[in-house]
Amino acid sequence: MNIVVCIKQVPDTTEVRIDPKTNTLIREGVPSIINPDDKAGLESAIRIKEEKGAHVTAISMGPPQADLALREALAMGADDAILITDRAFGGADTLATSRTLAAALSKLDYDLIITGRQAIDGDTAQVGPETAEHLGLTNISYAEEIQIDGDYIIVKRQYEDRYHTLKTKLPCLITALAELNQPRYMSPKGIFEAFREKEVTVWTAKDLDVELNEIGLKGSPTKVKRSFTKGAKTAGKLFSLEPQESAELIVDKMKEKFII
Amino acid sequence: MNISEYKGIFVFAEQRDRKVQKVAFELVGKGKQLAKDLNTTVTAVLLGKDMKDEAEKLCYAGADKVIYVDDEILDLYMTEPYVYTLTHIILDKKPEIVLYGASAIGRDLAPRIACRLKAGLTADCTGLTIEPDDQEPEKLNLMMTRPAFGGNLMATIACPDTRPQMATVRPGVMQALKRSDANSVNIEEYKIEIPAEAVNVEILDVTRIIQQRMNIEEAKVLVSGGRGMHGPENYPMLEELAELLGGTISASRAAVDAGWVPKDRQVGQTGKTVRPNLYIACGISGAIQHLAGMEEADYIVAINKDPDAPIFNVADVGIVGDLHRIVPLLTEKILAEKEK
Repeated sequence: MNIVVCIKQVPDTTEVRIDPKTNTLIREGVPSIINPDDKAGLESAIRIKEEKGAHVTAISMGPPQADLALREALAMGADDAILITDRAFGGADTLATSRTLAAALSKLDYDLIITGRQAIDGDTAQVGPETAEHLGLTNISYAEEIQIDGDYIIVKRQYEDRYHTLKTKLPCLITALAELNQPRYMSPKGIFEAFREKEVTVWTAKDLDVELNEIGLKGSPTKVKRSFTKGAKTAGKLFSLEPQESAELIVDKMKEKFII
Repeated sequence: MNISEYKGIFVFAEQRDRKVQKVAFELVGKGKQLAKDLNTTVTAVLLGKDMKDEAEKLCYAGADKVIYVDDEILDLYMTEPYVYTLTHIILDKKPEIVLYGASAIGRDLAPRIACRLKAGLTADCTGLTIEPDDQEPEKLNLMMTRPAFGGNLMATIACPDTRPQMATVRPGVMQALKRSDANSVNIEEYKIEIPAEAVNVEILDVTRIIQQRMNIEEAKVLVSGGRGMHGPENYPMLEELAELLGGTISASRAAVDAGWVPKDRQVGQTGKTVRPNLYIACGISGAIQHLAGMEEADYIVAINKDPDAPIFNVADVGIVGDLHRIVPLLTEKILAEKEK
């Protein structure tokens, strides 16, 4: 079977800090990683490959440096990697992004497409279901466990208060949760091959069947009007005391605030 | 597209187990506010089975009208039957705004509808207002504000050129209106034939996650533990303190990922947003993602060994010290206060 995994290179937002003077994000020195939900999706694709045999293609839309995320995917065990990159894709919202991804996916053979549920920089969770819609595929979101059963896939689909175990016929698209698994590390041999021997295929807008007014900023119905950082809440007082005094202080503060 | 043809605010009224979910009432409340600025009405759309009494509740909560579709297929949420039905209703009624809860249902449903309608959709909004368009001031647009970059960058987004304008809205942020039995009940029972091929998944099993503890979104006091707890064996002391204060425990992502605490306790961007009266953060460094989920708490106490921990930037009282020694003493002293 053919599995295509969509991955996004994202800044590790747990490392992002706010500059208290300018109230802007400090982006320098923030490492780029494969988005965690996507990485779990990739891991599950590689596990299916190991158990049942499959061809795994990793695909990423982003700036040229996303090449690195794709090399990491190859080093983990993906067979092929495709980078979709073009200035014309810039400023795309989720609708334009999913349209571009779907155009790339429609050039590939797939039985299963896996995307992460959401990226940690945008947190929209929209690109997976929208991509499925463009391709006319069934989608199952929030997958916490997946199992291939012949021509079918069985997914444990997470909700806030329950799980639905769903079965559907392939091909389909699922969106993966980081809870799916613990992704493996790259192997030394994998790293060597990924960086020395394997190629990342590059597709630009002219390689895809897309209208220029349907992609990038032009193809995006949503427009960012302004962005701002929430002014940091003024910090209260910091105390460094003995445990006994610390506990007393907290109790005094709670009494002041009528909490106790 | 003739934008002026689109009128009114629609709210998707999510149901589970044939009960309208809290977020739907919050959306009706917010919708009524927006409707005032647009001089229009709020319609709740409810899909389910045998739920007419619940449809009435939406009217009492402020909805001017409820569109109710009664169908066996819509009893349990499945993506395509819901997408099919709602898209049909939206194309038929042409609302200018459609709001969904940013839940595991809304965030699956809304993107597919947006894509089918070629409409803009903004995810997980925490603020909604109406503003005149920059170019055509007689045109009124929905301004949708949402957090990005793990929570500290806010972006305000508009869809000036397409209708409907759609948003998923974070649960717990908007205010529901008080129930008013004086409201008139206006329910349209909408008939639609859902094609058999729309049922493209089979539900093999439904498992409920049993909550033994109080829901963290409803707790007035949260005692929250992070990586600094060192292990699950140290959580009972937080439980004890929480119980004494009439609250419950919660956790940071680090503690949940380590498997010390179940996922339903997680506060933060990928967990839940909480606004208790008191939040005691124990051994939580305060990554942006965590702060985004708790900084609206009325009063924040943080205990952490590291004086540079970002949690101290949002804390009302910050204690640099060892939580493993301080928490038991704190419990002891509160107990003594209560016995006075």
